[in-house]
Amino acid sequence: MLIPLADITDELRDQVGGKAWSLATMARAGLTIPDAAVIPADVYRRYVQETGLSQRINLELARKRFEDMRWEELWDAALRIRNMFAATPLPDAMRAELLPVVAERFDDAATVVRSSALAEDAAGTSFAGLHESYVNVRGAEAIVEHARLVWASLWSDAALLYRQELGLDAHESAMAVVIQRIVVGERSGVAFSRSPEEQSQGMIEAVWGLNQGLVDGTVEPDRWVIDRDSRTLVSHAPAPREQAVMPAGSGIELRPLQDQRRTSPPLAEAEVGEVHAMSRRSEELFGPAQDTEWTFEGATLHTLQSRPITTGRSDDDDGSPYSRSWYLSLRRSFDSLEALRAKIEGEEIPAMIADADRLAAVDLAPLTDAALADHIEQRATILERWHDVYWEDFIPFAHGTRLFGQVYNDALRPDDPYEFVDLLSAQPMMGMARNRLLEQMAALVRERDLADVLRAGAEPPEELQALLADYVERFPDPGERILDLVLRMADRDATERERPDAAALEERFLAQFEGEERERMEALLDLGRASYRLRDDDNIYIGRVEAEVARAVDEARRRIARTLPDDLSAADAARALRDSAFVPEPETEAAATEEHGDLRAQERQLVGQPAGAGFARGPARVIRKPEDLYDFEAGEVLVVDSLDPTMTFVVPLAAGIVERRGGMLIHGAIIAREYGIACVTGVPQAAELLHTGDEITVDGYLGIVTITRRATR
Amino acid sequence: MQPESHADMEQEAGCVEARRALSALLREQRLGMLSTQQDGEPHASLVAFVGSEDLSTILFATSRATRKFANIESDPRVAMLIHNACDLPVDFTDATATTAKGAAAELTGPEHDAAVERYARIHPHLAAFVASPSTALMCIEVASYSIVRRFQHVTELHLDR
Repeated sequence: MLIPLADITDELRDQVGGKAWSLATMARAGLTIPDAAVIPADVYRRYVQETGLSQRINLELARKRFEDMRWEELWDAALRIRNMFAATPLPDAMRAELLPVVAERFDDAATVVRSSALAEDAAGTSFAGLHESYVNVRGAEAIVEHARLVWASLWSDAALLYRQELGLDAHESAMAVVIQRIVVGERSGVAFSRSPEEQSQGMIEAVWGLNQGLVDGTVEPDRWVIDRDSRTLVSHAPAPREQAVMPAGSGIELRPLQDQRRTSPPLAEAEVGEVHAMSRRSEELFGPAQDTEWTFEGATLHTLQSRPITTGRSDDDDGSPYSRSWYLSLRRSFDSLEALRAKIEGEEIPAMIADADRLAAVDLAPLTDAALADHIEQRATILERWHDVYWEDFIPFAHGTRLFGQVYNDALRPDDPYEFVDLLSAQPMMGMARNRLLEQMAALVRERDLADVLRAGAEPPEELQALLADYVERFPDPGERILDLVLRMADRDATERERPDAAALEERFLAQFEGEERERMEALLDLGRASYRLRDDDNIYIGRVEAEVARAVDEARRRIARTLPDDLSAADAARALRDSAFVPEPETEAAATEEHGDLRAQERQLVGQPAGAGFARGPARVIRKPEDLYDFEAGEVLVVDSLDPTMTFVVPLAAGIVERRGGMLIHGAIIAREYGIACVTGVPQAAELLHTGDEITVDGYLGIVTITRRATR
Repeated sequence: MQPESHADMEQEAGCVEARRALSALLREQRLGMLSTQQDGEPHASLVAFVGSEDLSTILFATSRATRKFANIESDPRVAMLIHNACDLPVDFTDATATTAKGAAAELTGPEHDAAVERYARIHPHLAAFVASPSTALMCIEVASYSIVRRFQHVTELHLDR
């Protein structure tokens, strides 16, 4: 149940994971390592078997094909799996075995609880940053509880993204957990067994206090350079030495340095030699040049961790016991997200719009067939490049939304894990203004009981006329169709969920923090909102470039006098223009009904993601073009490929929402939450497989859409 | 000719044996084949079940959107096939199968809550499914079992209510 570092042999490597094994290797070689013990992978295996979690994870991951999942759905899946672990205690027998041994070994000491993944070594690759660590955990109960969260991070969204490289498998994969006593040193630093700048030298950096100050760059270190051959000192560059990071309560803080320390370097010359020897020893143990973190507690040198220099320092979040305080890791990802935001908002989006504008300005008609073929290929290449940018930058930037959500949830622990969305979506949105005006008109019709007289053709009263005029001026809908819609809305008393006051929410959130931290939180909220906006618009920007590829392909279609598949690809279009003998094949099967001779296949039940709690039945209304919205009848289920903010005005009439795009943070899901109606998102081909008039049920609890009766067509 | 009392004893022993085989089957198997119908249109579904120790009831769960749920709403009579065959020729001699017949109804109230817990204990990976408000937990009040062993040896067990 618990293996002390001293008992870890090479044969146990598969049980304890790479991180624990390297700590044990250093300890065996005589380096001083803070006391640690490992909960081996078999404990994880037993836990997920006995509790049925293994099968639940499998169900969660098998419900949809990974290829059909949007990145947001991976997040949601990871969040749901994390909740499963958080809500599933250890079986009593396991608890009874594990708790006493953990308590006996660590008592009330401050510990760090971190992952020791098996896959990292098996693949010969470091996947730093995929899994979670928790710092300053005290007491057996808390340690075991956090071990569960570390286990859960085997299924983190990042891990799911790398599932192939990691070979993630619900029945096979497992994780070990390292519990390590925190050593609070007075002097700390890093050592490079071989300097990145000069191969013949080693290098040491040291600060007073804890390592964080050095690692995050707030405290400048003294630096020593050592000749590797003679092991003699080459140079010492002293630092200004003004501040130090010290433990404070359950966290850390930056404090001014005492006077006598300002004048003396953190390490004496003999100690520099001791640290260098330690880093050389770890290089001998592991092979490649090592980047080692250490701390002096009194006169004792503790090695905190060691890894090959090539992995760089940026990922060392799950490295030293000290560097994983949530606030530091937040700062680090915050900085990288801010840089990404500048790149996306300042360069990529404008460039993408410029590309779309430039392509839109080209008149395709005068081009020769050969020139058009070239054009189509160029456009496809441009689109491909933007798809790459989308994956490389836009998706990572969307982490800003999650980062904010996590900080919000940790600070306020709301019942609803998506409450933070109210804070991010509290930006002026055209769609909501439109909805409120419609609701206002509907309320007027209801109050004055006007529905019947208006249906009989009576003139609307002045007050309603004024509202209608205001509406038609602001939004691009024809007045008489809107009046129709208002009458339908009046029949139905759908009310928006009481929307929390955004300003109050914001203040409640910020009130959790003080001083500089509060300023950082304001910046994080701003970042979260930018990320949310982009996440909302990501498809629109790319959509404009996609539309330009489609325009060129359509031009080709007009010129080619052959039967062409509906989903003619850009490559096939170009080829068909150049080669009159080429007959393109359809790329995908049209799915709803497949006929093979006497056989006819029809989807009955479609699986997506639960995105709005509720269970609804009703006829489907499939929205393919904006005008379809005016036909929306009360009690129908809104079925759409991708719901954008201008489409949400019919939602008060809807019994439920079904959307192809997946995730808890997309518009369909958000608006469904507003009105408390059933919603399933991430239903592949929803708008193709479902047809207006089909009787369907929407199970917003489990994420299932069932076609109970097909419309006769 | 064997004495009558011996035949009685044999028959009783056979009954005990059948009952034991049935209990084991219900305890060991996880999936059963549920049969429902509506307007003479038959429908068979694979479901995860939990049998009660006294053999009187069988639980299974279904989404309210399914055909089996709609069928039971219109006619509660159901049959469920439970077996331990492995799809091998040896099954004909070694496998045990039973068909339970009875009436199914959705559980509600405290009865429902207790049954959800029982069901989730046997099928922990279906805990979220069975607890969902869109899922109906159904209970079959079994009227009879017919138990098939050794290819064609059939014993009927009637539950007198």
